[in-house]
Amino acid sequence: MDQFLQFLVNGIMIGGIYGLVALGLVLVYKSSRVLNLAHGSFLMILAWLCWSFAEQLGLPIWLSILLVLVISVLAGLGVERFMLRPLIGQPILAVIIATLALGYLLEGVAIMAWGADTKGLPEFIPREAIWLGPVSIAQHYLWAFGIAILLFVLLYLFFRYTKMGLGMQIVSEDQQVARSLGIRVKNILAQSWAFALVIAAISGILYASLNSVNNGNALIGLTKALPVMLLGGLESLYGALVGGIIVGVFEIVVGGYMDPWVGGGFSNVAPLFLMLVILLIRPYGIFGWQRIERI
Amino acid sequence: MRPAGTYDTTYGQDMATVRTRAQWIMLAVFLALLLAFPYFGGIRWIGVFNLMGITLITVFGLHITTGLCGQINLGQAAFMAVGAYTSAVLTTKLGLPFLVALPCAGIMAGAVGLFFGAPSLRIKGFYLAMSTLAAQFIIIWAVTKLFGTAAMSVRYASIGGFLFDTDTKMYYLIITLTLIAGLAALNLTRTRAGRAFTAVRDNDLAAEVMGINLFYYKLLAFFIGCLYAGIAGSLWAHCWSFSIQPLQFTLRDSVWYLGMIIVGGVGSPLGAVLGTVSIRLLDKVFAPYISPILAAAFPFLRANVTYAAGAILFALVIIIFLIKQPRGLAHWWQLIKASYRLWPYGY
Repeated sequence: MDQFLQFLVNGIMIGGIYGLVALGLVLVYKSSRVLNLAHGSFLMILAWLCWSFAEQLGLPIWLSILLVLVISVLAGLGVERFMLRPLIGQPILAVIIATLALGYLLEGVAIMAWGADTKGLPEFIPREAIWLGPVSIAQHYLWAFGIAILLFVLLYLFFRYTKMGLGMQIVSEDQQVARSLGIRVKNILAQSWAFALVIAAISGILYASLNSVNNGNALIGLTKALPVMLLGGLESLYGALVGGIIVGVFEIVVGGYMDPWVGGGFSNVAPLFLMLVILLIRPYGIFGWQRIERI
Repeated sequence: MRPAGTYDTTYGQDMATVRTRAQWIMLAVFLALLLAFPYFGGIRWIGVFNLMGITLITVFGLHITTGLCGQINLGQAAFMAVGAYTSAVLTTKLGLPFLVALPCAGIMAGAVGLFFGAPSLRIKGFYLAMSTLAAQFIIIWAVTKLFGTAAMSVRYASIGGFLFDTDTKMYYLIITLTLIAGLAALNLTRTRAGRAFTAVRDNDLAAEVMGINLFYYKLLAFFIGCLYAGIAGSLWAHCWSFSIQPLQFTLRDSVWYLGMIIVGGVGSPLGAVLGTVSIRLLDKVFAPYISPILAAAFPFLRANVTYAAGAILFALVIIIFLIKQPRGLAHWWQLIKASYRLWPYGY
């Protein structure tokens, strides 16, 4: 029982991060119906940049994080302007391949610039474990989870009460209606990309501070965030959080109990099995919109 | 666009793939050059051609699943792995002849493809991409669990006592199978199934209303596409005999195969050929050529410049093609053909 509780707590903690990563995907999908398969690569390369600023240039960690956030905004605007905007109106296959290709472009850049090393970010959150009865929580996981929740709350308020957030919601509902209300759809799309990449930067730095900075971090964008996004529903912000926690718990619990049976590494593909099951049973997820198609 | 004076007078002429005497001559010269290639091409080029041939078979498969039927498949490399390992186990562990192992590899990959293609009835677009993406990771995980990450040695292919133990001998086997696969892919468009695939790609709901059995044809597209992948995988296993490992069939490769049909032109068999040849040349010939120059020019670059340069070049080519010429190289070829046929009165 203690072991199960421990798995549960670990799952919830890691699930917060997964939810945060998936949030970046949801933001873009919601406004522009583009599944950004390069999200993981952005997350990886922004974490590398943070490491470079902090370790190679010797800047203080808060300044390097700030710099990375600025760069991520610029990158988001740039990607939207030069890659996604020309692709408007093209079939889905084009968008999927374009974002995947962008991911490999970033991976190639990362290999050229940083090699295949594994590096650690300087510690900026304490790592000692806290004991809650029989269950221990590593403090940095708790911090990361707290930051994730804080971001979710901030984004919720942003979408609920600011003009820009409301504009993004309208664009996701119907671009034609948004235009007739005098909202600049192009600007909204650019802003949502910038937002998504800021979230990629934050989640990348958090994830890297939990584990390490390496090129493999890019994979969580595909193998973890996609199941989360699908489970929560492609359009739902809080779905990303709920889905993240479910996937995190599923991964840790199933991995913890199954790995002795099927050998290590099962926890890595467990979310993908979950994804296949969701696709078969309820493709629109828990909170997603069920679309009805007509000819 | 046909040149003036070329008429079809019979139905057979109208349907023919090779129409005129000039085309027959060009085809014969091309085939002769292809067969004679080992006598004037270097050994390195034979290796490149073998890789191109195997890739081409896989890409033809993907052309059928994704290009013709519109079902996005992000797991083609994993289906290749299924074929490669099936063939390896059948010939090396069980001692079956290659001619049995080759179709078995194809059918096995096709069966796995059916399993992962089954969700395609309910879902499409991004959702199907996710499902096949899951297939990619799950299959490779299963292969790693079953056979380990280490390189697995495979016996040489042999047909009736003839051992394909050199690159040159493999070259002829691969070329033959590639030609057959290409011909089949070309002719598929003219069959009932091919027309059904096109209808499903253009609008699957409308196709269903017209009386096309969606489930059957979508699964058929997956089966044929993965069958091609399995055959290519089997050839891969026997071509570089002492080194098949799960690392050779990653998501990156799946994306490359999709990229090849994009660069070539989605939905055209000629496009599959053009895309494969140009991307493989870029990756295997151009990237190794420029990477020492890059490494010398920018000494701060790290190891693996060839790999990274290949990835960057490929990604840039794909993105530029998607933005500037979504219809691919095949469309350019059509434009060139039309312009020289109409010359000098190209109105």
